[in-house]
Amino acid sequence: MKRLEALQAIYPELEQSVVVTIMGAVAAELQSIGHRPNFFYLQHAMGLASSLGLGIALARPEFRVIVLDGDGSVLMNLGGLSTLARYRPRNLLHVVFDNESLLSVGGFPTATSTGTDLAGVAAASGVPRTATVRDLDAFKQEFTAALAANDLATIVAKVDATGPQSFLTDLGLLENRFQFQRCLREWSPPRAGS
Amino acid sequence: MPVSAIHSDLIYQSLKSTGVRIMSALPETWLVHLIRLAEADPDMTLVRLAKEEEGVGISTGAHLSGVKSAMLMQNHGFLAAVNGVVSCAQLYRIPLLMVISLRGDFGEKDPWQTEGGLVTEELLRALRIPSARLEHPSHVKERIHKGMTLAYASNRPVALLLCRDLMWEET
Repeated sequence: MKRLEALQAIYPELEQSVVVTIMGAVAAELQSIGHRPNFFYLQHAMGLASSLGLGIALARPEFRVIVLDGDGSVLMNLGGLSTLARYRPRNLLHVVFDNESLLSVGGFPTATSTGTDLAGVAAASGVPRTATVRDLDAFKQEFTAALAANDLATIVAKVDATGPQSFLTDLGLLENRFQFQRCLREWSPPRAGS
Repeated sequence: MPVSAIHSDLIYQSLKSTGVRIMSALPETWLVHLIRLAEADPDMTLVRLAKEEEGVGISTGAHLSGVKSAMLMQNHGFLAAVNGVVSCAQLYRIPLLMVISLRGDFGEKDPWQTEGGLVTEELLRALRIPSARLEHPSHVKERIHKGMTLAYASNRPVALLLCRDLMWEET
């Protein structure tokens, strides 16, 4: 499965959610599909996207928050999974794109390439709903089911270690940050069932 | 335990009166009363962390969603959070209020605290993070309020250092 295809498949749901992504390919590819003011790209501070999502989910329980994470980032903050599970925000869905490598810095393999099972780590940390998916249909199915379940979930999506030509985009970091904050001030969550 | 309950309560009430509604924390001796106060307060969301750097992410998310927060940590926890402070809070101009217990300063009896005590204030200066020492109860409310005001005006981290003379009552 290609990450870009997975992002395209869930894009209609992302448009209606408060979205936090990591840096690198995830941020660049989501922007290539279409930036929205309710998307925030954490372009550094690896590991903290899930913590940032937790902060939003706790501060505003009425928001639906989707965190688009990666294996390299999650491995830098495994303790964050235990904190997520401890507070179990039912309005947070955690997607981990696992390409088993640090793609943007030369593709060096991460520990998921030698067997670390991030869905297993999440489950053992106490995340109530976890899954590992390996193709697009399974990803769509699990993503939809996790949203409908209204509970904290970590979905690990195994994706190819390919990405865009460049990770630089036209959107300034602070432009994104202030636009996102302004957007959240007036953000209306989607209607139940939509 | 000779941690001052009265001064901890003063610090807690001062933080709360600035509008703080989320506190992230990792326990340490000097912070025990503060953490218990946050835990018992129905108006406060206490987030117990595995590592202090997570607190930077939580405070960033809270701020972008319009909620005031503070981090409670020991100075060694601040050392553990530095990349998050630089690559999240400073890069994205987040008003991050850090309440840091300053262990390893004059009077410290625990040998393991002494190295961190030597570098904390120098590191804050190197990071251009304004800091104020809270050494006496008369400092607490005013410096906490001024710290929060500066954090919001500058959109940057600010540190409040909880010092031994405020926190510890020798028995």
